[in-house]
Order: sequence, then C-alpha cells, then structure tokens
Amino acid sequence: MSIWVIAEQKDGKLKKVSLELLSLSKKLKEKTNQDIGCVLLGDNLESFTQTLGNYGADKLFLIEDQALQNYSNEVYSQAIADLVKEHSPKIILGGATAQGKDLLPLVAAKLDAGLAIDCLDIEIDENSKLICTRPMYAGKVKVKCTLESSIQIASLRPNVLEVLPPDTSKQAEVVKVKPRIDPNSLKVKLLEVKKEARGKIDLTEADVIVSGGRAMKSAENFKLLEDLAEALGQATTVGASRAAVDSGFAPHDIQVGQTGKVVNPNLYIACGISGAIQHLAGMITSKCIVAINKDPEAPIFQKADYGVVGDLYKILPILTDIVKKLKAQE
Amino acid sequence: MNIIICIKQVPDTETKIQIKPDSSGIVTEGIKYVVNPYDEYAVEEGVKIKEKFGGEVTVISLGPERAKEAIRTCLAVGADKGIHLNDPAFEGSDSYATAKILAKAISQIPFDIVLTGKQGVDFDNSQVFAYLSRFLDIPFVSVVVGLELSSDLKSATAKREGEGGDKEIIQVQLPAIIAAQKDLNQPRYASLPGIMKAKKKEIKNLSLSDLGLSPDEVGLKGSRVKIENYSQPPERKAGRIIEGEEPAEVCEKLVKLLREEAKII
Ligand SMILES: Cc1cc2nc3c(=O)[nH]c(=O)nc-3n(C[C@H](O)[C@H](O)[C@H](O)COP(=O)(O)OP(=O)(O)OC[C@H]3O[C@@H](n4cnc5c(N)ncnc54)[C@H](O)[C@@H]3O)c2cc1C
Ligand SMILES: Nc1ncnc2c1ncn2[C@@H]1O[C@H](COP(=O)(O)O)[C@@H](O)[C@H]1O
Repeated sequence: MSIWVIAEQKDGKLKKVSLELLSLSKKLKEKTNQDIGCVLLGDNLESFTQTLGNYGADKLFLIEDQALQNYSNEVYSQAIADLVKEHSPKIILGGATAQGKDLLPLVAAKLDAGLAIDCLDIEIDENSKLICTRPMYAGKVKVKCTLESSIQIASLRPNVLEVLPPDTSKQAEVVKVKPRIDPNSLKVKLLEVKKEARGKIDLTEADVIVSGGRAMKSAENFKLLEDLAEALGQATTVGASRAAVDSGFAPHDIQVGQTGKVVNPNLYIACGISGAIQHLAGMITSKCIVAINKDPEAPIFQKADYGVVGDLYKILPILTDIVKKLKAQE
Repeated sequence: MNIIICIKQVPDTETKIQIKPDSSGIVTEGIKYVVNPYDEYAVEEGVKIKEKFGGEVTVISLGPERAKEAIRTCLAVGADKGIHLNDPAFEGSDSYATAKILAKAISQIPFDIVLTGKQGVDFDNSQVFAYLSRFLDIPFVSVVVGLELSSDLKSATAKREGEGGDKEIIQVQLPAIIAAQKDLNQPRYASLPGIMKAKKKEIKNLSLSDLGLSPDEVGLKGSRVKIENYSQPPERKAGRIIEGEEPAEVCEKLVKLLREEAKII
C-alpha cells in the first residue's frame, strides 16, 4: 500500500506545498507503514529527483512529455488516473494551489473517488482512513470529514503545515513514465499563457501580503504598497479589497476575500481596509495581522494583532523606510 | 444554443453561521439565502450568449423547496426556464451525488454549453463541475474570466485565471462546462418587468423517480465525502493599538514588535 503525493513544479521551481505534503506523508507513514510515492508531471524533471527524495519520497514517478510542459486539466488528470490504475495507491494528496484546485477534482472524478479540498490538517486512523479537517462557509466553520471511496483524495492548503527537515542521504527510486496521450482525442487546447507582468508569486503562496482598500484612491497609489512589500523581502506581494478592485485600482486576481483569494501568509498588512466579513473570510487565518486605518472604530482592529490608527499616506512611506534601513543593516 | 446553468442557493455572505449543540450541522433557522455569487456570473454569461446567438437558457438547481426563490431570481434576469431538483431523498448530497443528479437531469434535455460557478460559497468545494464533466463526458474549464464562442458554435475560447495573475487562453470543444469566476462579466439587476415576467415562467419539478436514479445513488448514501462533525474556529481576538506621538515613533515600535515579539520580519 502506498500514499501518493502529487507534487507540483512550475518553470523549474518546486512548489513549497509539495514539501509540506511530503512532510505530512511521513507522519502518515509512521502510523500506517505505507510507502510514499511522489508524482511529478512536466518535461525534463530530473533536477527535482534529489530534493523530492531527501524530503521523503520513497518512489518518484516522473511523468515526462513535451505535451505536459504546460498544464492542462485534461492531459494531466488522464496521465495521473492511468498511473493510479496501474499501481493502485489508496491515498492521493495534492496541494490546494491554483493548479491543484483545477486538477484534483478531475482526478477524483476520473477515479470515481471522493475529494476533501483545501484541508488545514489531514490525519489517518489505524485502518488507513483519512480524517480531513477543512473549512466551510468561508472559514466560519470547520469540519472533520472522511472519504467513502476505495481511493481517498485530499488537497492541502499551502502554508499551513510545517516542512520537516530533509534527510540528505535518502534517495527516491525513480520511475520514468511516458503518458499515453492521443493528440486527436483532446477537447481542450491551451492556446496561450498571458504572463502577468508583475511576475509576483501567487497570493495563496505568499509569506507577506500588503493589501490596500478603497482608501488607496487610485491604481498609482498601490505603488506605496508595492514599495513596502518589496522592502519586506522575497515571497511578498500585494493584495486588495473588493472595493479597491471594483473601483479599478487593482486587478481582480489580487482580490482577497470570499469572492477573491483565501490567503494564509505569515504577515498580512491591511491598509485602508475596513474589515468587512467577506474580506476577513479571505485573510483571517494569517499568522499575524497588522491594520493601518485612520478610523479607530474600523472593525479590522478587532481582528488585528497590531493596529496603527492613522493616515496610510503618512504611515506607509515612513514604515517602508524603516524596514529598508533595517534590512540593509543585515 | 441550449444553455444550461447550474445554480445553488447558499447563505448570504453576511450570515453568521452557528453550529448545532451536538456538532452535527449548522443552525439553519434565521439564515437569509441568496443565489451563490459565482452563479450570478454564470447566469449573466448565459443570458448574454442567448442575446448574441439566440436559444434558450435553462437554470437548474438542486435544493429544498426554498431553492425555488433562487431559480425565480435567475428567471427575472433573463433565464427562460427553471428545473428544480427537489426531493427529500437528495438531502445531504455531496458534490459527487449532486453532480450525478444534475447530470441525469441535464442529459434528458438538449445542451450545447453548461455554465456553473467556480465555487459554492457554502461548502467551498469547487468540485461539482469536475464530476459533472465526467458524468456528461464533456470537458470543463474553471475559474473563467472571459468567454468567446466561435461563430460556428462548435468551440469556445475561454480565458482562465492561472496562478499569480497569469491568464490561460484555452480553446475548448462544445459542449463543455464553463465555471465562472468573478471577473467574467457584470451581472445585471432584475428590472421590474423582468420580475413580473419571471412569475409566469415555468419551473419544472423533478424528483428521484423522474430521473431514474436509485435512492442509494443520492443523498448521504450516494455521497463520497462524509462530514463527521462541525466546529466553530476560535474567534480571533483584538490585539493592541500601537500608540505614539508621531507616525515615525509608531512605525519604529511596529517594526520592533514584528521583529522581536512576532518574529516575522
Ligand atoms: C457577495 C459579496 C462578496 C464579497 N466579497 C468580497 C471579497 O472577496 N473581498 C472583499 O474585500 N470584499 C468583499 N465584499 C465587499 C465587502 O462587503 C466590503 O464592501 C469591502 O471589503 C470593503 O472594502 P474596503 O474595506 O476597502 O472599503 P471600505 O469599507 O470603504 O473601507 C475603507 C477604509 O479605509 C479607511 N481609510 C480611509 N482613508 C484612509 C487613510 N487615508 N488612511 C488610512 N485609512 C483610511 C476608512 O476608515 C475605512 O475603514 C463582498 C461583498 C458581497 C456582498
Ligand atoms: N445543488 C446544486 N444545484 C445546482 N448547481 C449546483 C449545486 N451545487 C453546486 N452547483 C454548481 O456547481 C458550482 C460549484 O459548486 P461546488 O462544487 O459545490 O463548490 C456552483 O457554483 C454551482 O454552479
């Protein structure tokens, strides 16, 4: 028996959630003594072998083909489903990333399996039944659920579980797989990927997010947020409230909230955001929340770890300066 | 074009959700229900397709009696017909069972395109369209923010939100399922004549026996995900307001706290 992790890479970089999933699988393995299979799809994947082995993969299936260079739910799900039918793992775990949210439901559908999506934690009992903890109603409720199908599939929210230290002596047995793809049978074709010029990491994977609300007043003023984000370091990016997006100050893909992205950074800085329930739904699980708002009665202060009452136009440039100086000293 | 739109009635996003004392579910009394926000984009897109290419828009919803209101709301903004999948046996269906029931109903009528929302804001599952795609054996594109049908109506070009703001341009053969994301369009408001007309439009009820499904295939029995218990996550408490005479002083304090107390920068 084995537990499978669907790892994810993009443009030569492994997603951190893949390591979170391997770490989780090691814990599940301890309890049930199943080995860990890891599946990676794409083209030219050899460079990931070392890392995935070190972090816990016993067996590594590299599904390689030029046709897999770009993601498509149709081909990716077929390649995974074929491999699953051949090897019969009973547990499949993946990341609740942009890709995972599109891919895993189709994998589940093709395998006639149940799927618990966006889990905050995944445990296992002695009968190898998964117990998945996941949010519902925009995080207002948490449920524990189990899966009533011979194959159990769950996806894990990025940034929630820890990555256990690697064991550099551990290697994975590598199995190369050629997917069966009949180009004539495909109904979905990727014509083009329009790269976002910002080139920032996805909000769902960011460590630090600086967000702006209606008070930003224009797209230009978002520069203030970008400057602070940049000063704060690597995996940082900028977010927005719906009011800011609907007013045209920011693109929709950076909206945080119930009808935007659910984010889970270490630090979330809300600037000129009042803290409506739909916004909170998207960021309430951030490890630390800072609110900058000129209204001391703004509801966001009820949820923030640190609050600054004041004008963001005065605060942000000073804050950015101080952070820059601090980082420069290091 | 025969356009099918799957819509779900869900609690209003403002609603405070309470758990039953025995943790077996949520308290449903006092909840205000609305059309799932993402499904409103699906409905608008369907109506726009009809306006451009002609055809008929059918909204279909699985839910208890109250779900009729949601169907009526969609009829008021331009959908032509409603189908209400309404049977106590359906209660407790997860995404898998829901898709099975929807697929049965949809396959009884002609369809060229099926529109759904990208997510129901109640269970936050984002799965129904995927299971539906398997049961109907047609492809799906999710998180769609732009849609263009080819002039021969044999295919569509969808713009979907990839990660980090990247946009994937995808050509898909019809019939297909398109799962709408917020940016797809600007849903219209119902007009008074629209609301009046909606009252006369047909809403057809379909039950288990109409669909030829067995009781084991639907509801809790036909579900793949079993919810064992519900709990309320702990409320996040207010932290502290950082005081200071000057912005500079406050900022210094904040940075110090983030570094030394929270240890995150
Ligand atoms: C179905 C539905 C879904 C929704 N989904 C989302 C969602 O996903 N995400 C989301 O964010 N919202 C969502 N909303 C909208 C939500 O209800 C709020 O309207 C929205 O979050 C408000 O955005 P805001 O805080 O930027 O604006 P406002 O509520 O207008 O707040 C602006 C804040 O800026 C402060 N301010 C003004 N000037 C300054 C200054 N110079 N310096 C410092 N502070 C200043 C003000 O004190 C105020 O608190 C949704 C609503 C509905 C009905
Ligand atoms: N009970 C239902 N009736 C009709 N459509 C539904 C139902 N449940 C889900 N859907 C559709 O499937 C989409 C995704 O829902 P979900 O998988 O539950 O997040 C929704 O936006 C709806 O379009």
